[in-house]
Amino acid sequence: MFHIYCPHCAEYREEEEFHAAGQAHIPRPLDPDACSDKEWGEYMFFRKNPRGIHHELWVHAAGCRKFFNMTRDTQTYEIKEVYKIGEQPSVVAE
Amino acid sequence: MQHYSGFGLFKHSLTHHENWQRVWRNPTPKKKYDVIIIGGGGHGLATAYYLAKEHGVTNVAVIEKGYLGGGNTARNTTIVRSNYLWDESAHLYEHAMKLWEGLSQDLNYNVMFSQRGVLNLGHTLQDMRDIERRVNANRLNGIDGEVLDPQSIKEIVPHMDCSANSRYPVMGASWQPRGGVARHDAVAWGFARGADSYGVDLIQQTEVTDLIIEDGTIVGVKTNRFGDIKADRVGSVVAGNSTVIAKMAGFELPLESHPLQALVSEPIKPVLDTVVMSNHVHGYVSQSDKGDLVIGAGIDGYTGYGQRGSYPTIEHTVQAIVELFPMFSRVRMNRQWGGIVDTCPDACPIISKTPIKNLFFNCGWGTGGFKATPGAGNVFAASLAKGEMHPLAEPFSMFRFHNGALIDEHGAAGVAH
Repeated sequence: MFHIYCPHCAEYREEEEFHAAGQAHIPRPLDPDACSDKEWGEYMFFRKNPRGIHHELWVHAAGCRKFFNMTRDTQTYEIKEVYKIGEQPSVVAE
Repeated sequence: MQHYSGFGLFKHSLTHHENWQRVWRNPTPKKKYDVIIIGGGGHGLATAYYLAKEHGVTNVAVIEKGYLGGGNTARNTTIVRSNYLWDESAHLYEHAMKLWEGLSQDLNYNVMFSQRGVLNLGHTLQDMRDIERRVNANRLNGIDGEVLDPQSIKEIVPHMDCSANSRYPVMGASWQPRGGVARHDAVAWGFARGADSYGVDLIQQTEVTDLIIEDGTIVGVKTNRFGDIKADRVGSVVAGNSTVIAKMAGFELPLESHPLQALVSEPIKPVLDTVVMSNHVHGYVSQSDKGDLVIGAGIDGYTGYGQRGSYPTIEHTVQAIVELFPMFSRVRMNRQWGGIVDTCPDACPIISKTPIKNLFFNCGWGTGGFKATPGAGNVFAASLAKGEMHPLAEPFSMFRFHNGALIDEHGAAGVAH
């Protein structure tokens, strides 16, 4: 069971209040019409899915309902840090 | 290879079963193979078996970092069915189903395939519409299926609560009588024994640490125990770790790895002689020959490689099972575990060429790879032997995520994704 710190509520809450929304930091192409099929497909579907440090988007679904980012180890499940949307992670994979 | 038979069993009983041959060799790898298969699970071993048996390609190695069939093959809930909605997946899973039906004889190894039928329950009007549509599609594809009402379900599973008073009343179900269960370990062992008998080298406890790629063509793999091993073609069949292998090759896959967990109860007397699945309340249950209830859960929402699942997911699943079978409420659970499933955005597998020449991937089976084991091995072997994808595998190219030809089985397949 994760014990997750919501940076908006500034409180630790249990995993069940949260929902994982996949990989973080995926910018929408600025000009989608100019994308090739490959570029658009990769934006839509291709993911990093690392075994190790991963930056993810989570939503405090049963709480403040706001999104935030989390850096987590996908092997040990250790949560390294949480940070708000628009901020950059301080813990990154080598 | 020693042939297994009732007579053989009797003969060996005279010597206290002390003279059985080893089921497969434990060879030191050669310097070069025609085909290397990374991953010694059910799919990888089936691929090796069919490569040797149907295509005469016997200079093959299967490289497994742990032991044979120790990953998802040993962690699934053993359910076999082929009632998928779309033509592409229905054909693929039905191909597997037909192989399942003769598998024990073909392998001379009892995989305990039991066609006890699979029920997919519907709890809402929309569930029932989807079930009607799927069963019709199945029948058009020559796959057996029926839509059942609660009375007929009650006849098949008398212990299930089909009353209108439950929280999510059972409104009906799809019923595939040819579906069932198989003993998952035996499937891996049977294919391993078969492949070994044709001369395939099964290399266990050996991890592929990198791929050797020259000018965009794969020429071999690096291993932690035996150095470089050359190969003309390489097939990656590593399920949850596919992204890790793809990263070695320098490309990304449209996959996310999630923990999927299952649990078994203490053994109880026979009570459930079919498979019950419910997409809506999200649980599935069958009873093994040993008597334990085999219960499957949903995936955890986050990505993870930890081979363990989260407690909220177990709780949710057990709630669903107890809701359906109130008599199970006091059954104690014996073991719980997780496997890592590689899920695709459209809930369909990838059996594909890759941007690297002569490197092929079989991955992305998500929560439903076990049922496809013989079929996936069969078409992947054909693709590896010829260097061109088998017609049944063609639609499952990884490049469908570029051209948009997705096969959207999410929810439509009666699966608990």
